[in-house]
Amino acid sequence: MVAGKGGVGKTTVTAVIARAAARSGNRVLVIELDGKPALDKLLPDHDGEELAVVHLSAPDALEEYLNDHGFRRIAKRLNRTGVIDMVGTAAPGIDDVVVLGKVKHYEKSTEYDLIVVDGPAAGHAVTFLMSATGLADAVRGGPVRSQADDVLELLAEPERCMTVLVTLPETTPVNETIETAYALEDDVGIRLGPVVVNGVDQGTELPKVGEVETALQAADLGDAVTDMLRDAAAFRRSRRSMERKAIDRLAVGLPLDQVQIRALPVAGLDADDIDALADELLVKSGS
Amino acid sequence: MTADGPVAVGSMRDVVQQSDVIVCCGSGGVGKTTTAAIIGMDAARLGRSVVVVTIDPAKRLADALGLSMGLSSAPQRIGGVGVDMGAGGEMWAMMLDTAATFDGLVRIYADDEQQIDRILSNRFYRNMAGAMSGTQEYMAAETLHALHNDNRFDLVVVDTPPSRNALDFLDAPGVLSRFLDHRVFKLAMLPTRSGLKVFGSAAQPFFKAIGRVVGSDVLADSMAFFQAFSGMETGFRERADDVVALLRAERTNFVVVASPRHDTITEAVWLAQQLGDQGVGVAAAIINRVQPSFGVIDVPTGVEVPGASRDVVSALWKNLGELQQIRRAELEALEPLVALIEPAPIALLPLLDGDIHDLDSLDQVAQHLFLERNRC
Repeated sequence: MVAGKGGVGKTTVTAVIARAAARSGNRVLVIELDGKPALDKLLPDHDGEELAVVHLSAPDALEEYLNDHGFRRIAKRLNRTGVIDMVGTAAPGIDDVVVLGKVKHYEKSTEYDLIVVDGPAAGHAVTFLMSATGLADAVRGGPVRSQADDVLELLAEPERCMTVLVTLPETTPVNETIETAYALEDDVGIRLGPVVVNGVDQGTELPKVGEVETALQAADLGDAVTDMLRDAAAFRRSRRSMERKAIDRLAVGLPLDQVQIRALPVAGLDADDIDALADELLVKSGS
Repeated sequence: MTADGPVAVGSMRDVVQQSDVIVCCGSGGVGKTTTAAIIGMDAARLGRSVVVVTIDPAKRLADALGLSMGLSSAPQRIGGVGVDMGAGGEMWAMMLDTAATFDGLVRIYADDEQQIDRILSNRFYRNMAGAMSGTQEYMAAETLHALHNDNRFDLVVVDTPPSRNALDFLDAPGVLSRFLDHRVFKLAMLPTRSGLKVFGSAAQPFFKAIGRVVGSDVLADSMAFFQAFSGMETGFRERADDVVALLRAERTNFVVVASPRHDTITEAVWLAQQLGDQGVGVAAAIINRVQPSFGVIDVPTGVEVPGASRDVVSALWKNLGELQQIRRAELEALEPLVALIEPAPIALLPLLDGDIHDLDSLDQVAQHLFLERNRC
């Protein structure tokens, strides 16, 4: 389960993990939840790798669930009358639980060695993962209750399920990640995997501060160019020091392994970028 | 900021000056809340009395505004520490409290205390007020309406919930009406011969089936809610119509917020198109966290510098080249949005070399709001 707030790059991280796992010979299934499909494009078929992408939406999962549980007759009616809204309100989290139930179904099938779930887009990772707890409290019996129980069992078993939190190397995302981590561990009791810091600047190495002025004077490039070079270096130095501080604070606040994914000088990753980042991840993890 | 620095144009300022309501929309994580605060700050500087409503403010933003206790659900005045608010300008900020706003509406439209109690204590209602999809959007719109009619303010700036579909906001006030129009609701209200039973006999098999899925106590809660709510639909519906009218008013403007990446730009384009289809234009776009320009220059391939400085200077060139490359990629990513919404103004707010942690750093970003987009 890959979780994190909007804009931190959950989808990127999902794709990198999935590709890296497939490269190491695992049969991988990637599950994309509601929202716009993006992973098909990032994870095209490669020879010799087993990697499939499926898209799950809550209303579809709910209807399928009802069909499979002997409610075929009312499932149609439920959807037609818009009762799904009402059911969702009466028992909040039911849609999330049904989606998680579907994930569990794939897990049980043993067709895959690893299932990677790209968390909900709206960034409600905690509510999503806690939906089963809330629902199990609210609903005392019936098929939904047993579904919630099954999901809780899956989430609680560290051998079967692990949640990877994704963050950016910046103050606010790091603060929120630390809070989310404790909420997930304390309230849901799930196992947290390494925390992924996405978009870390690992570009060109900057010269030492003391050497810059002497070198610029020696180069004699004119005021305008000298200023550009100096400002650009100072800016990047400052950004990096900010990133480093955020990463250090994350390490202190959240004693989990950290995996860093570097920033690429682009405005959005493509499939080749994902392949490259996956290879780097494999090198780093030594497998 | 730099030699090829941006040139001032008035159009973004026109949007701030000529609006009664500004709605910031865009996908999650693009900095809608910060953007709303910056717009508010600038409006105050123009002498307007502005209130900024945020949905899910990070603690740091509250800190930046000088509200160490965090934002509350009642408007708080922001002191002009370090920032000149302009003649008569005031800035207020508040956080949306979805459940309390909904409770307030119930109090307005209920007939008596007893009905208020029955609704507010109902579990189904509590779920709906807190979690039903669309409720947050609806209550944001409702709050906007209330603030718009508050004499203290002449401009309301609101950021929208991080919804997958930002148009939910425009539709939100209709959500409850549609909910109440459901056949289920009508079925539940069917009178039976024995008076008002839990639900009408015609619907019994149907509700029994639902009860088997979700559990009978959950179903009973829902039915009790629908009965308690009976009689209030008209009031709610009329209010919702007023709110929709405000969202579509001429002096209500939508500002699309995005970050300079292909995925969020694609979302922003889609959103702008949808708003256009709804007859609500996009008044401006704001792109957050754009790699700043340090000037435009071709990075030389070979560096001819004497001796020891050679490596240092070539590292400096390499750094500049990488930053320019990122900026170029970002500006290219913006193109579809620019093409769609021009001639509406587009402001690029730069990525900062530090955190936004006080009014000064907010102000540093705000300076860029009224500068023309400068292209490499």
